[in-house]
Formats: sequence, structure tokens, C-alpha cells
Amino acid sequence: MQKKGKSQVVRYNKWGYFFLLPFIIVYVVFQLIPLVNTVYNSFFENYRSGLSQIGPNFVGLANFKTIFTNGDILKYTQNTLIMWVLGFVPQIIVSLLLGAWFSDPSLRLKGQRFFKTVIYLPNLIMASAFAMLFFTLFSDGGPINSILMSLHLVSSPYRFMSHVWSVRGLVAFMNFVMWFGNTTILLMAGMMGIDTSLYEAAQVDGATSTQIFYRITLPLLRPILLYVMITSLIGGLQMFDVPQIFTNGTGDPVRTSMTLIMYLNKHLFSKNYGMGGALSVFLFVITGVLSLIVFRLNRIGNKD
Amino acid sequence: MPNDSVKKESKGMGIHGRRTIAYIVLALVSFLCLFWFYVLFINATRSHAELTKGFTPVPSSYLKQNLNNIMTGTLPVLRGMINSLIIATCSAVLCTYFSTMTAYAVHVYDFKLKKFMSTFILAVMMIPTQVTALGFLQLVNRMKLDDTFIPLIVPSIAAPVTYFYMKQYMESSLPLSLVEAARIDGSGEFRTFNNIVLPLMKPAIAVQAIFTFVTSWNNYFTPALILHTDTKKTLPILIAQLRSADWLKFDMGQVYAMIAFSIFPVIVVYLILSKYIVGGVALGAVKG
Repeated sequence: MQKKGKSQVVRYNKWGYFFLLPFIIVYVVFQLIPLVNTVYNSFFENYRSGLSQIGPNFVGLANFKTIFTNGDILKYTQNTLIMWVLGFVPQIIVSLLLGAWFSDPSLRLKGQRFFKTVIYLPNLIMASAFAMLFFTLFSDGGPINSILMSLHLVSSPYRFMSHVWSVRGLVAFMNFVMWFGNTTILLMAGMMGIDTSLYEAAQVDGATSTQIFYRITLPLLRPILLYVMITSLIGGLQMFDVPQIFTNGTGDPVRTSMTLIMYLNKHLFSKNYGMGGALSVFLFVITGVLSLIVFRLNRIGNKD
Repeated sequence: MPNDSVKKESKGMGIHGRRTIAYIVLALVSFLCLFWFYVLFINATRSHAELTKGFTPVPSSYLKQNLNNIMTGTLPVLRGMINSLIIATCSAVLCTYFSTMTAYAVHVYDFKLKKFMSTFILAVMMIPTQVTALGFLQLVNRMKLDDTFIPLIVPSIAAPVTYFYMKQYMESSLPLSLVEAARIDGSGEFRTFNNIVLPLMKPAIAVQAIFTFVTSWNNYFTPALILHTDTKKTLPILIAQLRSADWLKFDMGQVYAMIAFSIFPVIVVYLILSKYIVGGVALGAVKG
């Protein structure tokens, strides 16, 4: 009896491979092979110059040397990081604040469902349409300038699109609006998980709500904060839709809002596969390292 | 309750003060989220002539006219919406079905490569598709799938994030005894999965179907590289074309109507399903 049961289980377990098969096939074909192919391409000179095709010729690490020495990568990494930080700092502050309020039972906020629904809404909006909307709203003759002028805050239209920091600021602001709701909900889930007896004990000891926040909530929230920060950084490095549509792919003024993926997109469209490959490998290594950190965090989270 | 007054004095600020501040900040933040869509709605209802005169907070009566104009205009907007709909729906169905299947394989069966597979999927979960886009494009060209919907739909079968969510859900609400009971009743493995497990996973599948649909609907990077024929393009690509056109010569009423056309359907669906969506966000994250 016992023996029969065991052999049956073994027979069943073979089905595991069968159920895994679709994932494995699709992953290998559409992710793994392209990845290998991308890395392979980075060692070749392969682009179009006018009507003639140059390469593919094996050039070793020359493509990497070019992207690192001509300064483009440094500049675009800087742009990407600046816009990410500008959006992330207000995002984490607002999310922490809202999360703490939503999860504080003594505050008894009314209309929580409504507020949560509203702040999560921008996350689902098509980023390209949102960027297009901002472009029209903030254009020289757009409604924002019209409102500012009727309030006499400016005498002539402010040209949002021609100043470095207004473009970067608006891109960061769009990212902030689109993502703080998501972060709030994640942080709130973490805050709900904190043992309420800790808060009660602190209250009995006479701690103020500010003290409770800094001494109890924040330290206990550190793993999830780290998770939010790194996933946001990975997302930030992929920043594309918003600045691409907002600046029509130019990253103007003078490419100060050009991000890494916008640069990659340029190479892909002009079919410069050598440089595109080198850039992809660079991005893969960075996101790979960051992913590993998230992976470790997930593993720690799952062990509980 | 006599304790309350003592507490209030010892704390920096009373509960009422804190509550007031919370409401003010929440109102402000809600304004930041909604204001843009309000302006979008107002402007989509106004004619080009009215729009050039400046902003007014009341809607006008040109919405129908504007929508009519974009339907008959040069950009194949309606076609774009249908294309987006086809791609997003197919992706959502394939992604949720096969991700559930993958999660089921790792959750229920005990095979040699199980540990390796679950670790591997977790490890590659965060790698963005953009970094493999170059090789992906070349592969698509070699398979003669350029300018078709297939490379935008089929890859969604292998979705590590959806898999992870499904697996988390199974751990909390799919008892293995149920699968064993089905076996004793003589149900085949594949039938057990389709007829017993899938219906049980409905809540998780619904949440993930919405997320996959929206991600695909909003996707701009990959479709822009794959689709070239005008009648095959999706909405985000058309938005980008609108942006790169000489927009000063455009009828601004139409521009706003077009943006509204691609944003508002998602908002309406979201408002109907918001209960499930907002609740579903946190479940997929780490259990800190």
C-alpha cells in the first residue's frame, strides 16, 4: 500500500515539468536568446552610414570604449538619476506620511477608500498620453500659462519647454504623481504588519506620535523601504515614455532630459546594433546587480 | 476617558489637530492627482477657437464634434484602439493562464529542478525587457514576425512577476489536500488544474488580468519598435505621432479629445474595479 502510494506520487511529479514547459520555452526563446544575442552584438561594429551598411565586423570591446569615452553615457546616466531623485524624494516622503496616517487606528480617517482610489489612479494612466497631456497643458499658449497669467503670477507665458530645470522638474513631477499612490499602498501594507502592541506600549510610556513614527515605525519598516527604493531605482533607470513623449525624443533643452533608454531607443531606431548592444549590456549589468539585491530581500521576506 | 485630556497636553498636538492636517494634505494630494484630468475633460469639450482664448473652468459643448473629428481625421485612432484592445486582451489571457500553470507546477509538484526553477524565476524577475530589446528585435526579424502582433502577445506567457503573485496566492489559499482529493476521485492532472484549481484562483487571476491588460495597453517602447504599418499601430504610438506632428497647426480641441480618448476608458474601468485593484497591489509585494 505504502509503496504503491509513493510510486504514484513520483508519477504525478513528472507533471511538474509538463506544466513548466510553456514558461520555459517562451522564456528561452523571447528572453534568454535575445539576451545572448544582445551581448553578442555588443562586440561587433554594425551600423548604417547613409545608404551603405557597415559591418558586422568583430571589434572586441571597442563599442564599450566608445560609449564610455565620448561622455554620452555619463551624461545620460546623470540625467536619468537626477530626474529619478527629483521624483523619488517627494514620493517617499508623501507616501510615508499618508501610509502612517492611513494605518493609524487612533486617527480614524474617513473616506480612506476614496483617497486610496484617487492616489492610485495616475499609476494606471498611459504614461505616453499623460506626458502628451502635460506637454499641451504646459505649452506656451496652454491652460497653465493662461491660469498663471490671469492670476498675474507671470506677465508673459513662461516657456516651460525651453528651461533645463522646468523640463526635468515636470518629468520628475509626472513620475511622482504616477507612482506615489503605489508606494503608499506598499508601505501601508508594511505598516499594518507591525505589531500594534508596540504602539500601545509606546503610548502608555507617553511617546508622542512623532516619536512613535521615528522610533518605531521607521526602523521596523526599513526592509520594505529598501525594497521600495531599489525597485523604484530599477524603474527609474527604465524611464522612457514620459521624457520621450514630453520632449518628442530629443531630450531638449540640449539633451539635458535625455535618459539612458531614450538613448538606447535612438540606436535601435537607427539600427546601430553595435553601440546599442554595448549600451544594453551596461544597463543589464546595473539592473542585474540591483535585481540581485531585491532578490535577496524577497528571500528574506519569504522566510518568515 | 479622563486619561485623554492628560494625554492631549503631553503630546505635541492633539488628535483633532493631526486629523485636520491629515485631511488638508489628503485634499491637496487628491487635487494634484485629479486636476490634470479635470482640465483634460474641460478642454476636450471645447473648440479650437475657444481654447486659444485661454482657460475657463466650465465645460463647453464641442465634445461630440471633437470626437467626431478625430474619428474621421488622419490618425487611425479607432483602429489604434481596436489594435490595443486585441493585444492587451490576448496578453492578459495568456499571461494569467500560463503564469497560474507555472505557479501550479512549482507549488504542487516535487521534481528535481523545482528549487532551481523557483530561484531562477525570482532572480530574473526584475530584469527589464528593454535591455534585451535589441536581440529581441533581431529575433523577431529573423522569425519574419516583424510588424505583427505575435511578438507583443506571446512573450507575456513567461511573466515572472505574475507567476510570483500567483504562487503567493496559492500558498495562502490552495490546500494540497484538495489536489489529492481530486486524484482519488480519478481526475487527471490537467483536468484538475483546469476545472478545480483555475476557478479557485479566480480572484488572483482577475487582479493580474487587470494589471497585465493595463501594462500592455500602456506599453509604448516595444510596440513602437515592432509595428510599422499605420493600421497596425496601437494608441501609444499614435499619441507619439501626434506629439511629433507639427502640433501648432493642429486643432487643439482634437488633440485634447485624442488624449481623453486614450485615458478615460482606463479611468472608467478602474473606478468600477478599484476595490480589487487597490487591494491587489500590496499582495504582490514582499511580506516585510
